[in-house]
Amino acid sequence: MNHFGEEQLVLFYYGESAESAAIESHLGECEACRDEFRALQRVLNTVDSAPVPERAAEYGSEVWRRIEKRIAPKLDPRSRRSFRHWWIWAPAMAVLVIGAFMAGRLSYRAQPAGAPAVAAVSNQQIRERILLVAVGDHLERSQMVLAELSNAPEGKGKLDISDERQMAADLLDDNRLYRQTAAATGEKGVASVLDDLENVLMEIAHSPSEVSNQQLDDLRQQIQNRGLLFKVRVLGSQVREQESQPASQKEKDGKKL
Amino acid sequence: MEAGGAIERAQSGDSDAFRLLVEQHSRAVFRLAFRMTGNEQDAEDVVQETFLRAYRQLDKYEARASFSTWLYRIASNYSLDLIRMRKRHEDKRERGSAEERDILQTLPVNAPGPDRIVYSGQVQERVNEALNELSAQERTAFVLRHFEGMSIDEIGEALGTGTNATKHSIFRAVQKLRRSLEPVVGAAR
Repeated sequence: MNHFGEEQLVLFYYGESAESAAIESHLGECEACRDEFRALQRVLNTVDSAPVPERAAEYGSEVWRRIEKRIAPKLDPRSRRSFRHWWIWAPAMAVLVIGAFMAGRLSYRAQPAGAPAVAAVSNQQIRERILLVAVGDHLERSQMVLAELSNAPEGKGKLDISDERQMAADLLDDNRLYRQTAAATGEKGVASVLDDLENVLMEIAHSPSEVSNQQLDDLRQQIQNRGLLFKVRVLGSQVREQESQPASQKEKDGKKL
Repeated sequence: MEAGGAIERAQSGDSDAFRLLVEQHSRAVFRLAFRMTGNEQDAEDVVQETFLRAYRQLDKYEARASFSTWLYRIASNYSLDLIRMRKRHEDKRERGSAEERDILQTLPVNAPGPDRIVYSGQVQERVNEALNELSAQERTAFVLRHFEGMSIDEIGEALGTGTNATKHSIFRAVQKLRRSLEPVVGAAR
């Protein structure tokens, strides 16, 4: 009598065996194979007991609320134009915002005793909020470039990465400004992530418009070795979290990224 | 088929249609993500990132695959990246702890011995541990086959690994699970 091996029984269990009828009939006759199959069934049925936390019926709406802000500009054709418009002015905006941010920090520190602190704090908070929004958007776009390259399919020919290349080149100047600001304001962790990001963005910006599988692998390796996608994602969510926190709470916490 | 041609409407820029798709598929994507990552926070990240990626790639979606299969493909690939990254971080941490252990071994031992370590008898915990012992590739293929009911061909296509490699990932996963769980379920061979 020919017995069936574990692999054949696994396929049979999942209904994917080409020999289902033969296995079924064999199991009816062979006690050893039947025991083997039962042992397999017991383990696989036990795996089903692994609990999964339940999510309420309105979970989908919660997810939508979390991502809505990040996707609405592209889906809404009217705001798409303004998004592009904003994008063209992003580097200039970054200089203004950072300039205002730094000036705000300095004037806040130099405030004499008894000065109207409330107004100063409020302006400072507004500047910080603007900076957080700008940095959040910057990280989001950087993440898109890194994710696109990490997930790009490998093919036989060369892959056109001219869009990612252009975007990386555009992001570089902003990144430099944000990194310098982070370093100047003592945000060492943020500065370090932005430093890693800058190196990779530079590599991408200086890559040819069309890359071979090997060149694509090298770029991916650079992203992976630094754990960059993960770091940028974590930093991005921390920035978004800060951004959505009430100003009074942030002031109380004195929270740094 | 999605309600009211939501995919086509989302592809043409209708954000309400995309919201419907998010609302319709979030719980299923969360279940898949949790089974793959074994961690609630990671699963939440996967859900969010899956829909963001889906939205960016909406124009690449072709109706020959079901929308949920397409979403699972995105969620699985992202979970795979996440699991691999976590494993690398854990490996680094373990190397660090190994060095600490070497130092500790030179000191007098006051720590509790193995007899004082309490092992949980909970089957569910063992199942989670056993799943955590699988490689990222094995876990992904196994979860898609076992929990999501996708065929081996579909999984091979979704992960880009092909049918044979997927089959072997599933076989290895089942072997490892049997080794870990048979003593617990009392089915020693």
